[in-house]
Amino acid sequence: MTARGPKANYKLGRKVAPYLYLSPSLLVVGLLMLLPMGMVITYSFQESAVLRPDTSFAGFKHYQAIFGDEVFWASLWHTLYFTIASVIAHMTIGLAFALMLNSDRISPILRSILRVLYILPWLFTQVIIAVIWRLILDPNGVVNAMLIDLGIIGSKIEWFSSVETALHAVTFANIWAGYPLFMVSLLAGLQGIPKDLYEAADIDGATGPQKLFFITIPQLMPIIVSISLLDFIWTMQVFPLIWLTTGGGPIYATEVLSTYTYKLAFSQYNLAQASASAVTILLISIGLTLFYIRHQKAR
Amino acid sequence: MKTNKAMTLLKGATAIWLLSATGALAQTTLEFSQWWEPELPKGSLRAIMDDFEKENPDIKVTLISGPYATTRDQIAIGAASGTMSDVVGLDGAWVNSLSAQDAIADMNSLMDSSGFDKSQVADIIKIDGKAVMFPVASFVYPLFVNLDFAKEAGVTELPSTRPEFLEAAKKMTKPDENKYGWALPLSLQSPSSVLNDMMSWVWASGESMMADGKPALEGAPVVDMLTFIKELNDAGVISPGIASKTEQEKVEEFVNGRIGMMVDTLAHVNLIRERNPDLNFDVIPMPVVEGYEGKRGMAYASWGIGISESSEHKDEAWKLVQYMMSTDVNARLVSLANAFPGNVNAKPDFVTSDKVFAKAFEIFQAGYLANEFTGLPEAVDLMRQFDVETQKMLEDQQTPEETATAAQAKWMEKF
Repeated sequence: MTARGPKANYKLGRKVAPYLYLSPSLLVVGLLMLLPMGMVITYSFQESAVLRPDTSFAGFKHYQAIFGDEVFWASLWHTLYFTIASVIAHMTIGLAFALMLNSDRISPILRSILRVLYILPWLFTQVIIAVIWRLILDPNGVVNAMLIDLGIIGSKIEWFSSVETALHAVTFANIWAGYPLFMVSLLAGLQGIPKDLYEAADIDGATGPQKLFFITIPQLMPIIVSISLLDFIWTMQVFPLIWLTTGGGPIYATEVLSTYTYKLAFSQYNLAQASASAVTILLISIGLTLFYIRHQKAR
Repeated sequence: MKTNKAMTLLKGATAIWLLSATGALAQTTLEFSQWWEPELPKGSLRAIMDDFEKENPDIKVTLISGPYATTRDQIAIGAASGTMSDVVGLDGAWVNSLSAQDAIADMNSLMDSSGFDKSQVADIIKIDGKAVMFPVASFVYPLFVNLDFAKEAGVTELPSTRPEFLEAAKKMTKPDENKYGWALPLSLQSPSSVLNDMMSWVWASGESMMADGKPALEGAPVVDMLTFIKELNDAGVISPGIASKTEQEKVEEFVNGRIGMMVDTLAHVNLIRERNPDLNFDVIPMPVVEGYEGKRGMAYASWGIGISESSEHKDEAWKLVQYMMSTDVNARLVSLANAFPGNVNAKPDFVTSDKVFAKAFEIFQAGYLANEFTGLPEAVDLMRQFDVETQKMLEDQQTPEETATAAQAKWMEKF
């Protein structure tokens, strides 16, 4: 038997120390994220998951059930429409407002006021946003009154209650709620672009749009891609706003994956199918996250 | 001397500690989860529990209170994980699922062993013969009418039949002034309107949506009700925004004088008065089909009570259930909640002191309580499916008959 020398102990300590430092966060991530995730994946393969103690292996039955449900595919389509439209609009509005707030043509006082006004939607919780938009878009609300007064529409539109308009209405509310993230991030990016690039462009006789498309946007591209991916992941999981404005209706017009999963779990108490649906959302999110990580590494 | 004194003190302290520890060990703590406490005057449910503890010094009650939806989700999760509170507040719409999971105890044996007088309770909810819930307090759903609105519209006699209701609603409707006869909140977020605002029409005429314990939605009572709702919608008497309207918004519209009539719970009377003290309103029985003379069914929702199957203190839990169902305590609770009692001998004080409640009590006594969703499997989902099919009908995607057939097919999957 040979005793471990102080040098060996020191080396071992050096090797172990990083893991000891990491262990609290690893423990938290493991308990609060990986364990529940693993449990949900397990439930998705169980018969009568959670509800009964005597569960059995169900194979891919629950996945087949949700993939065979036309409401699931409608939800997926609505989720994609809601998410893609929201991200594009967030980006466009966010960029426009960021350019406005970064412009020297607007007085500093007005810029400060606008900065506060434009960021306001970000301060509200989704519940408040839902209440605000329910009031604004009520058939007897201010939007209808304005549109009727201006002669744009002849009768009241039931924005959240009509199959034709409900999905667009919730998407619009989400756009309003989410653009400040882009605005703030892009404003920070704009302030970091070297001024000499624009001075050189001015000397070359570049026009405003040319400077925007050949200097500003390329310089902001890393931020645009990063924030777009994060926004895509977050928007795909939006639940309270849709639930509190339309509940997924009328009929299934605003059913998205999050409301579809919620109804399976807490209305039908079909926690196994709800888990299968949640795992599907997880897989989509993982795909996007991997894309995001690859993009970050490439930078 | 000093050592002796110290020893005596130590012995005394040990004896006191032992006594108190034994007492604490002998004491049982019951958890009672419900959504009632936030809906009752502050401290009133705790006061009832304090009185129970005085009568039963060996039992302590911990109240676990939250809003209705939170309590429902907590109970669903507790039932799944075997961690449900000893005593639980229940809605009739949940009990089938909970019973299927063996999460709620059968109270038959507890009733028998304690010699409980079953004749004193208004109802016992049974699933497959198991007594799983007592309705402690019932909130009835009469028709509320804005009397000034009706008078202004030239409605001299309040409607008693469906055709009279349609006529009254037509007279009250003035879209240019944002005034409508009725409201139908069909938001899928909470589809209880199917029970309160739709099936109540069926039950009022002594009819049923069930036959031999199975759904009978294709029968005349439900199809006629759907046809009537469509008729109201086509006549434009329902306030717009039906598919996303919630119950709260319906009440707000009534309070603000934007709708003349609504089906609503009696529990909202004080809320309506607080929001608009000048509103001149009354409650009347639900209108019935022409020619019906029998007793009218009155939709209701209830605060039910049951015992968890996983409770280790079922006897103590049963003592609390018995206490809540006893004549005096039940009367005290329902007086606070403005509800009708679960104990047939209990007389809430508001019945004599308030005109509207007195009228509702008369309607209640002249008819019978009806809620066929109590005990049905996945009752909330059944309502949601019926809601979706009704929305399709109101969007002119299907006829009332097709609506009933589609809903029947979906409901049968659950039975």
